Amino acid sequence: MHRIVSKTRLSPNVTRLDVEARRIAEIRQPGQFVIIRRAPKAERIPLTIADTNPVAGTISLVIQSVGKSTQDLVAMEVGQAIQDISGPLGMPTELIESGRALCIGGGVGTAVVHPIAQGLHQREVPVISVIGGRSKEWVIFEEELRRLGEVVVCTDDGSYGRKGFVTDAAKDILTAGGITIVYAVGPVPMMRAVTNLTRSFGVHTVVSLNPIMVDGTGMCGGCRVDVGGETKFACVDGPEFDGHKVNFDLLADRLSTYRTHEQSSLDRHDHNCRIGLGK
Amino acid sequence: MIQMKISPKERLAIQRQLMPEQDALERAHNFAEVNLGFPEQLALLEAQRCIQCKDPKCVNGCPVRVNIPRFIKFVAEGNLQEAARSLLGDNALPGVTGRVCPQETQCEAECIRGLKGKPVAIGYLERYVADWAFQNANGLKQAPAAPTGKKVAVVGAGPAGLTAAGELAKQGHSVTIYEALHQPGGVLVYGIPEFRLPKKIVDLEVQRLQEAGVEIECNVVIGRTYTLNELRAKFDAIFIGNGAGLPVFMNVPGENFKGVYSANEYLTRVNLMAAYDFPQADTPVLIGKRVAVLGGGNVAMDSARTAKRLGADASMIIYRRTRKEMPARAEEVHHAEQEGIQFEFLVAPVEVLGNDKKWVTGLKCIRMQLGEPDASGRRSPVPIPGSEFVLDCDIVVVAIGTRANPLLTATCPELKLNKRGNIEADENGMTSLPGVFAGGDIVRGAATVILAMGDGKRAAQSIGDYLKAKVG
Ligand SMILES: Cc1cc2nc3c(=O)[nH]c(=O)nc-3n(C[C@H](O)[C@H](O)[C@H](O)COP(=O)(O)OP(=O)(O)OC[C@H]3O[C@@H](n4cnc5c(N)ncnc54)[C@H](O)[C@@H]3O)c2cc1C
Ligand SMILES: Cc1cc2nc3c(=O)[nH]c(=O)nc-3n(C[C@H](O)[C@H](O)[C@H](O)COP(=O)(O)OP(=O)(O)OC[C@H]3O[C@@H](n4cnc5c(N)ncnc54)[C@H](O)[C@@H]3O)c2cc1C
Ligand code: SF4
Ligand code: SF4
Ligand code: FES
Repeated sequence: MHRIVSKTRLSPNVTRLDVEARRIAEIRQPGQFVIIRRAPKAERIPLTIADTNPVAGTISLVIQSVGKSTQDLVAMEVGQAIQDISGPLGMPTELIESGRALCIGGGVGTAVVHPIAQGLHQREVPVISVIGGRSKEWVIFEEELRRLGEVVVCTDDGSYGRKGFVTDAAKDILTAGGITIVYAVGPVPMMRAVTNLTRSFGVHTVVSLNPIMVDGTGMCGGCRVDVGGETKFACVDGPEFDGHKVNFDLLADRLSTYRTHEQSSLDRHDHNCRIGLGK
Repeated sequence: MIQMKISPKERLAIQRQLMPEQDALERAHNFAEVNLGFPEQLALLEAQRCIQCKDPKCVNGCPVRVNIPRFIKFVAEGNLQEAARSLLGDNALPGVTGRVCPQETQCEAECIRGLKGKPVAIGYLERYVADWAFQNANGLKQAPAAPTGKKVAVVGAGPAGLTAAGELAKQGHSVTIYEALHQPGGVLVYGIPEFRLPKKIVDLEVQRLQEAGVEIECNVVIGRTYTLNELRAKFDAIFIGNGAGLPVFMNVPGENFKGVYSANEYLTRVNLMAAYDFPQADTPVLIGKRVAVLGGGNVAMDSARTAKRLGADASMIIYRRTRKEMPARAEEVHHAEQEGIQFEFLVAPVEVLGNDKKWVTGLKCIRMQLGEPDASGRRSPVPIPGSEFVLDCDIVVVAIGTRANPLLTATCPELKLNKRGNIEADENGMTSLPGVFAGGDIVRGAATVILAMGDGKRAAQSIGDYLKAKVG
């Protein structure tokens, strides 16, 4: 069992949980994730290790509530415990040793980019981060990333930082030159747009894919993605791949597999919550 | 209970007892166990059919050489306590093997009574004794062995790892199993469905091991959470039984459409994650109206029968050879037929068809014929040109095999593998690394529960010898 030691709301639908998982806290590397199963009967869901505190033996999970499993998770309180956490899973990020890196995070993807920026910073590679959200209250991890280098914030409505998409800011930075590599994590359309942009600049781009997973050990093949025409299992071969080779259409399509199930699961969930409230 | 003496002639006159089972039409819609188990009366009758051969051929057919006539004799005498002691001494998981061993090609294939009539129902009797033992566990507890002070790590809580751990604990070593999933059992809990092997049985077998002192740590992925070399530094010896859990796909167009599953994913969702109980359980699975399962082994039978239970109107086995070559257990094929599973023999998939939203709509297939026997003596199927046809379906489950999962071995390049990525081990389970032993599917490729258990047992013996010989 893994006790939750702190809980912070980062944006209207993103919550950070610091959870006891000593071994994972000690050895995880940027790019790696865990699979958690909140309680018996719950789903196994993958979450990136956004940060760690090896001394306290905790890992930070930054969770966007999109469906039943993530909602149940962020409804947990400090002191409660998560049943199962396995990891660290996936291949560590391929970090450059010299040059200059551009890290792009969209929405909850910003939390996934954070450990990558941390790793680069440790290697003394200069990092510039471009992060985005719908409006000011949706921007997360700005402070953490500022500790690691320059940060450009973009909001769709211009309520904070620069108005526009992360790709607009990224384009200016790439045009100015000097970027060796781009790391981009966010919703599929954002990662697709970034890779289209960086392709025209010929800059190598790493993206982190988020297919549906079950075991996370290469046993089920449910997480298969198409990279350069080859089938890869994101949980063991990834989750990071060369963005210029990823078939984003397939990824987006496979992510919609359980949409009707998710809805029914959520409807039922909301219904139960309402019944609960009525008592 | 004292049994009356019966004459050899009377003994030979007893017919093989039938296993009581759930009605086929009813069970095709539930996940409860198909076989109900022998009541006492049938078990006694069946046990009396064994003529207690001086040179029992049946034992040669069993990969772990269970002393079959001995435990059956105790059953015939009504002495279940001794029957259970005898059986458990030879076989760590009899509740499992009694249910899933391919008896018809192993112990029962050699039984002398099979020469004229039907062999003794060794598997059913094994199950009977094992189930009795679960009910009467307290009387069977063994005093723990004197601790040796040696520590052994076991990777994987499948049949190979569980058996090795049990034997090592019996020798007095301190044993820790590391299991990647959240529940021990391996294929027994994520693959083989509830209707063939209830989770409860596996839990009870696991509990028995834990009571014997075996520690199990779940959610630990060796190769990720710890490397093999870290384990080597912390433990005196290691047994690797991580199975052959890497699904093979067909490599045909359309394979990534929504509705195409590996059997591992399909069965894991339904069994381990209880998707049949969605939305009471959170994990979903797609429910097909027409489900096509590719393959002819146990995994294919389990997938097709699962699809039927989930509500498919048509659940079809697509196999490229004929019925004769199907590797599945005879009982499973028989049960599948009773439940209305359809079989398409001499058919191979060419392409998965989908609609504009990329949902599976069908399977383009080609008919095959058996060609000349190849080097292995098997007649290999060859396509008949121009015989393509489309089979309507909305789910495709690929059950054409598994390979070695490279997750662990990739992090330990010193460990010698064969061309197919399986760990090389000698007949004692010893690998190329001192103190590291391996067995089960990771060494053999996908095989059987009892072969994996046999490997675990033999490896435990050689680990014991190794630890004795090891100085310090
Ligand atoms: C390697 C990896 C790392 C991840 N890291 C994080 C993280 O750090 N923080 C975080 O909030 N999420 C992360 N995710 C995504 C997270 O696992 C999913 O959001 C979660 O499983 C959804 O479960 P649910 O039951 O709440 O939603 P569901 O009811 O399953 O889905 C609700 C909606 O989300 C979409 N969805 C389903 N699965 C995913 C998925 N894997 N990714 C994106 N959308 C999905 C569905 O299409 C649906 O529209 C990661 C995914 C992967 C594969
Ligand atoms: C659906 C299905 C039906 C079958 N039916 C039958 C049958 O009726 N009769 C029969 O005899 N055989 C049957 N088999 C075959 C049989 O189940 C296998 O041969 C047997 O389970 C192999 O045992 P094992 O211990 O080697 O591996 P597994 O049972 O595969 O167990 C391996 C364990 O190791 C864990 N693991 C893997 N990697 C790691 C890691 N890196 N770190 C930690 N843990 C790890 C896995 O999670 C798993 O729990 C069937 C197989 C399947 C898939
Ligand atoms: S373990 Fe399997 S092969 Fe051996 S006696 Fe039992 S059922 Fe037969
Ligand atoms: S061969 Fe058959 S009859 Fe003979 S001992 Fe074995 S089970 Fe009994
Ligand atoms: S999640 Fe099952 S293989 Fe990747």
